Amino acid sequence: MSVAYSFKLKPAHLPWLKLSIHLGALIPLVLTYYQAFSDQLGGDPVTALLHFTGLGAFKLLLLSLTITPLARTFKQGLLINVRRLLGLYSFAYAFAHLVSYVLFDLQLDWTLLLSEIIKRPYITVGFAAWLILFSLTLTSTKKAQRSLGRRWQTLHNFVYLAVSLVALHFLWSVKSGLAEPLIYMVMSAALLLYRRDKLQRLVTKRIKNGQKLKK
Amino acid sequence: TRALDYAPANQLHSEALTPEEKIITHNNFYEFGTGKSDPVENAQQFDVNPWSLRVEGLAEDPFTLDYDELFKQFPLEERIYRMRCVEAWSMVVPWIGFSLAALLKKAKPLSSAKYVAFETLYDPKQMPGQKSRFAGGGIEYPYVEGLRIDEAMHPLTLLSVGLYGKTLPPQNGAPIRLVVPWKYGFKSIKSITRIRLTDKRPPTTWNILAASEYGFYANVNPTVDHPRWSQASERRISSAGLFSRNRIDTKMFNGYDQVASLYQGMDLRKHF
Repeated sequence: MSVAYSFKLKPAHLPWLKLSIHLGALIPLVLTYYQAFSDQLGGDPVTALLHFTGLGAFKLLLLSLTITPLARTFKQGLLINVRRLLGLYSFAYAFAHLVSYVLFDLQLDWTLLLSEIIKRPYITVGFAAWLILFSLTLTSTKKAQRSLGRRWQTLHNFVYLAVSLVALHFLWSVKSGLAEPLIYMVMSAALLLYRRDKLQRLVTKRIKNGQKLKK
Repeated sequence: TRALDYAPANQLHSEALTPEEKIITHNNFYEFGTGKSDPVENAQQFDVNPWSLRVEGLAEDPFTLDYDELFKQFPLEERIYRMRCVEAWSMVVPWIGFSLAALLKKAKPLSSAKYVAFETLYDPKQMPGQKSRFAGGGIEYPYVEGLRIDEAMHPLTLLSVGLYGKTLPPQNGAPIRLVVPWKYGFKSIKSITRIRLTDKRPPTTWNILAASEYGFYANVNPTVDHPRWSQASERRISSAGLFSRNRIDTKMFNGYDQVASLYQGMDLRKHF
């Protein structure tokens, strides 16, 4: 390809890039909750909040998984520096999603929460994805990365499972109109396909380990 | 919308009415989009005058009502009903209308008429959801619904032409819609152009789309869950804010026990 682009991301650009991610993620979140609390979010602010935070978490997760392909394709190695931030904001939205569900939808009916997690497949997979993102968030620091050593990468590979579960959660949650969740599913699949070699290695390693254990 | 002449509800309803603002901005009307606020945004140009409502099929005197007749043919009365959506939210709505039974009696149904079939207007030019599968949520149009004749003749079953004292806003199903308060909201078909008496059980839209999730009867029933969510409780849409404790237990037949006799001897787990 002979596309000539001279732009190269420099360390001096990073703070600005990070600032725009902070603003881009925080402003809509704060505005939407403000609208919800002041009852300006349509007839049922609870549903609106759940849709906004759920979709927001999914979008940010996809964005964080787009960073590596983008950095490689356009040779912008520094871009990798914003991946963690996007991942953390994805969990922030997922956290708001679950808290809004428990607080405003189920209204702290813990028995109902438990039975919904067990009985409703779309909630089961959504909750599983939430737990994965939660553990990735807890281990997102440099310190955790050092102390976990090689296990850190193993743990963080679960992000691929998380994005698949989130895609299923969205697909199974809708009453009709599969087009939108299917578009998101295709985007997730494309990002996983980009990592097919890595995923294949992970799977074969698993199988080998399993065989070793049997012997 | 314009004001209507009607007999106000003669007894006070024990539950607080859902504010008008909420009733006219939180709608499922896929003809105007699948989002809850899509109908209010996309339906304002919907032209309902002239209108034609045809009553036909197995009847001695089929007839057609035009727009003005919808409001004049039968005396209008106010009825305050709970409305329970299959998505587990609910409202309390002051409808204005007349009994479906009055309309059907005018057509003189034959004894062979066992069911009543309803059809929403089909007009892709005015209804973006009918024009594009993406906007319309992938359901088949025109929207169709049906009732057993005894359900249709039950005095609770209402044809509504208004709410909160005025004609229906387009997003709520102008100019005329069905209201069956003991069934999930999707049975209460909007913007009706055709009512047909028939001897066969008519196809119904959500049942066509997913028969395992939406039955023909669709009676509100807290003991039969939707396969993907619980129907045991519901969130009442009210004026109170986000922190209001508005999750309430769902009642059998949405609390309208007087219809229980219609289903005597039926297994309501099978006929959900």
